Amino acid sequence: MAQLVRYKWVILALLADGAVFVWNPALGTQIALRTTDSFLEMLSFIPPIFIILGLLDTWVPREKVVSHLGSGSGIRGLMLATVLGAAAAGPLYGAFPVAAVMMKKGASFFNVMVFIGSWATLKVPMFLFETQFLGGLFSVTRWICSFTGIVLIAFILDRLLSETEKQAIYTKHRQP
Amino acid sequence: MDVLFFYVLAAAGVVWSYAKDRQKTKQSLKKAWKAFDNILPAFALILLLIGATMAVISPATVNQLLGANSGATGMVVAAAIGSITLIPGFIAFPLAKAVLDMGAGIMQVAVFISTLMMVGVVTAPMETQFFSRKTMLLRNGMSLLFSFLVAFVLGKVVG
Repeated sequence: MAQLVRYKWVILALLADGAVFVWNPALGTQIALRTTDSFLEMLSFIPPIFIILGLLDTWVPREKVVSHLGSGSGIRGLMLATVLGAAAAGPLYGAFPVAAVMMKKGASFFNVMVFIGSWATLKVPMFLFETQFLGGLFSVTRWICSFTGIVLIAFILDRLLSETEKQAIYTKHRQP
Repeated sequence: MDVLFFYVLAAAGVVWSYAKDRQKTKQSLKKAWKAFDNILPAFALILLLIGATMAVISPATVNQLLGANSGATGMVVAAAIGSITLIPGFIAFPLAKAVLDMGAGIMQVAVFISTLMMVGVVTAPMETQFFSRKTMLLRNGMSLLFSFLVAFVLGKVVG
């Protein structure tokens, strides 16, 4: 029953998909195909990310993360957060659980936001792909702009959220 | 191929961990499963929404909307599509090139790609769950505005 409640939105969405299928079988089939595609995509990149996360969680000591990514880690923390995000694979929603572990381990809010931004738009494989299709001038210009924007957005977010609001977010991820 | 790299990394990590401490390895894998199980309901919902969105808004539709002479309206449409959909990069970039070849402006394409990557409407509930509503709204809002700025710069440099 508890499981049923957890998955209520999923069940609702499935019912909606089913209704679409009855109303328009062609569109319903398309939805089924696309949904299967996105599930397969998730299943392909999710297992290693979560296994690496689990290992990091048990093996990496909190003090290490604090000294490298905590508040006061300065420009080196910023660079590390950027590289961590850019080295990632998979869509943005894969970044949230990683960010949760970073926060649990004491990374600063600014660095976590830089990481999220970097994961979203600076990923290396995507950059190579973009260069191939849209040309180096396009991809390099966009990369430089994006990097500037990510740091700026992270900085503003860091300023706009009060300490209490940040604490509330960090508490969510503090369970043992 | 980048995915394969992560599998190799994960496998190497597990082997290394197992050699050092069996108990800690077990604990790690349990934590991995717990973290996954925690977000699975949100995950599954997002994937269902992506599936439906991609079926309704096909690449052909995107092509039509962002095609030649779409102008400023095209940019707003591009931002809307980019924000709502979650098209993987390996589809988005070839699509962007196709639209460009058909005569679309650099700015529409740039705003589409930038919002596609930085603004996530579908992932917003999950982002709220992991951070807070305020963080989610501010980050996505600023990213949306910023995408237009990027488009403007790209229009000047490349266009």
